[in-house]
Amino acid sequence: MRRIAADLKGRPGPLIEVLHAIQAQLGYVPPAAVPLVASELNLSRAEVHGVVSFYHYFRSTPPGAHTVSVCRAESCQAVGAEALADHARQRLGVDFHETTPDGRFSLEPVYCLGNCACSPAVMIDGRLHGRVTPERLDALLSDVGRKR
Amino acid sequence: MTFTVYVPRDAGALSLGAGEVAHEIAREAKARGLELQLIRNGSRGAYWLEPLVEVATARGRMAYGPVTAGDVPGLFEADFLSGGAHPLSLGLTDDIPWLATQQRLTFARVGVVDPASVADYVVHGGYQGLRRALAMSPEAVVETVLASGLRGRGGAAFPTGIKWKTVLEQPAGQKYITCNADEGDSGTFSDRMLMEGDPLSLIEGMTIAGLAVGATQGYIYLRAEYPHAHRALSVAIAAAYQARYLGADVMGSGKRFDLEIRLGAGAYICGEETSMLESLEGRRGEVRVRPPLPAIKGLFGRPTIVNNVITLASVPAILHRGAEHYAGFGLGKSRGTLPIQLAGNIKRGGLVERAFGLTLRELLYDYGGGSASGRPLRAVQVGGPLGAYIPASQFDTLVDYEALGAIGALLGHGGIVAFDDTVDMARMARYAMEFCAIESCGKCTPCRIGSTRGMEVIDRIIAGQERESNVRRLEELCELMVQGSLCGLGGMAPFPVQSALRHFRDDFTAGARP
Ligand SMILES: Cc1cc2nc3c(=O)[nH]c(=O)nc-3n(C[C@H](O)[C@H](O)[C@H](O)COP(=O)(O)O)c2cc1C
Ligand code: SF4
Ligand code: FES
Ligand code: FES
Repeated sequence: MRRIAADLKGRPGPLIEVLHAIQAQLGYVPPAAVPLVASELNLSRAEVHGVVSFYHYFRSTPPGAHTVSVCRAESCQAVGAEALADHARQRLGVDFHETTPDGRFSLEPVYCLGNCACSPAVMIDGRLHGRVTPERLDALLSDVGRKR
Repeated sequence: MTFTVYVPRDAGALSLGAGEVAHEIAREAKARGLELQLIRNGSRGAYWLEPLVEVATARGRMAYGPVTAGDVPGLFEADFLSGGAHPLSLGLTDDIPWLATQQRLTFARVGVVDPASVADYVVHGGYQGLRRALAMSPEAVVETVLASGLRGRGGAAFPTGIKWKTVLEQPAGQKYITCNADEGDSGTFSDRMLMEGDPLSLIEGMTIAGLAVGATQGYIYLRAEYPHAHRALSVAIAAAYQARYLGADVMGSGKRFDLEIRLGAGAYICGEETSMLESLEGRRGEVRVRPPLPAIKGLFGRPTIVNNVITLASVPAILHRGAEHYAGFGLGKSRGTLPIQLAGNIKRGGLVERAFGLTLRELLYDYGGGSASGRPLRAVQVGGPLGAYIPASQFDTLVDYEALGAIGALLGHGGIVAFDDTVDMARMARYAMEFCAIESCGKCTPCRIGSTRGMEVIDRIIAGQERESNVRRLEELCELMVQGSLCGLGGMAPFPVQSALRHFRDDFTAGARP
């Protein structure tokens, strides 16, 4: 993590870039990263912590093996996103912002994936899916579940 | 002979299976010993026909859709590579009425070209605008943008030429061009489509902006939710550097323009321009107090242009074909064309670019085909989560800045989200407050606390507790947020609530809807 910070610190306004690089590598920004990044970038710990906590995308806990992001914004709501969200919660047995006890799935809310002409939308491990019904979500989850 | 086939790599098309279709087509061609050039284009925007596969024929491009991977062997049997007849055949792409009636200026190349190829871009008129701009004085470039009547497509609709003029007039020194690609509004996807389908037009637009105001560095602030756009932009930027359309010597002019992508991190407020600048500097996206304007003191305290993706991508065509050409479209103070996005409960959703001047009804029914559910449309929300709800009785309103303003609504980034008659407007109002509470940057109390209070009050209304007095309380709270918030999030989040109260009061005061 110190090396990531050192590599990027010459760039203007590097903190968010550094956090992105850390999360890309580890899947999250561990609390231990905060003092390291702070000292490398000459910032206070409070500043670094403030940025990590401000942005929804940065997480401080390890994600599950698969991240399931269900869109909860208006366009998807207009065609059943709330029922889909309920279904996802039920099927995975966790609420939003939680990870299943076996560490396989993290369920996250997202507010628009830019796929509103094909609502409701879901993103699983960076793959976008459109017109997702509860049945289709089940099939998608079984699919990724099989891959590890 | 080599056949040319187009299968979109647009995220929306991929979300419906375009990746599998492309894979199947390549596999089937190989099995049949056919030579194939498979081009991964953007989407034409007719998402109800995606995955839309096209083949190049002597008569022009022929379209088939919506295609599933399972349809592929049958398409080969029907000789679709030569435009053969098949139940999924849509004829010539350019003759599909939904597309043929559009007036595509900004989206002229989206879905047509190979987004990764500078050569293809140039064949389709790319870099003509920059070529012109290089032969003009900076003042003349700015004057052209001003005369075109182009207004910011990100939401605030500020005249683009005036913004550029302000930056041009600042003393020489480091200046920046920043592109707002945070596209957070529900119901909008035009930025995404453009960045995936024709990223070079954004790159060219930013380069022209740089020349016009004397800026040598550009940043694209891209939301993290758009990994496909990130890839397409990265490829296109690298190709533009390679071909010397970016870098130290743009088109051999001796002028420099460098361009970089910076990723956001899932904060809606970072679409507000001063919050975006804070984020670009690596900080919490807290809104800055204005003045000073970003045009005077923006990124790292330097004069900065902040423009939306569509605004910047409209510039090359304006320089290429002249201000009069662009201004010849549209009416009144809404000049040019508007890429409208049809979303939500709509049968034929997608991107419609037309000159200003269509009504909501024409868009929702002529293009949209009514609701996807087959039930009557009850309301639309225009302009994203901060936009007003408009009832069916006002569907004859023109979709332009002035006409929507006159009914207390706003155009925003041009997204229209349709709802059928099962929508519960009290719940939608609650969601507006919830969204504001989740996304508030926390700087001012009316927004941060008011939105949470708003949620609680609406919960009580929904639960049937003292409805009349709670509705009054909600109205007061909205007023307070509108008056007392620093930026548009807290200041406009009440708009959907107030419009729901105005047009759908029964949803708040009568018994709960089934
Ligand atoms: C809460 C809020 C969110 C915004 N989100 C965006 C956005 O995602 N994209 C965008 O281009 N403009 C957004 N804007 C508008 C920008 O502040 C700014 O007006 C715009 O980027 C300027 O570019 P334009 O003149 O080309 O429209 C937002 C404004 C507010 C108040
Ligand atoms: S209105 Fe909300 S988002 Fe805007 S500055 Fe105030 S607290 Fe931040
Ligand atoms: S991801 Fe937690 S509120 Fe957005
Ligand atoms: S609202 Fe769900 S993808 Fe846009």
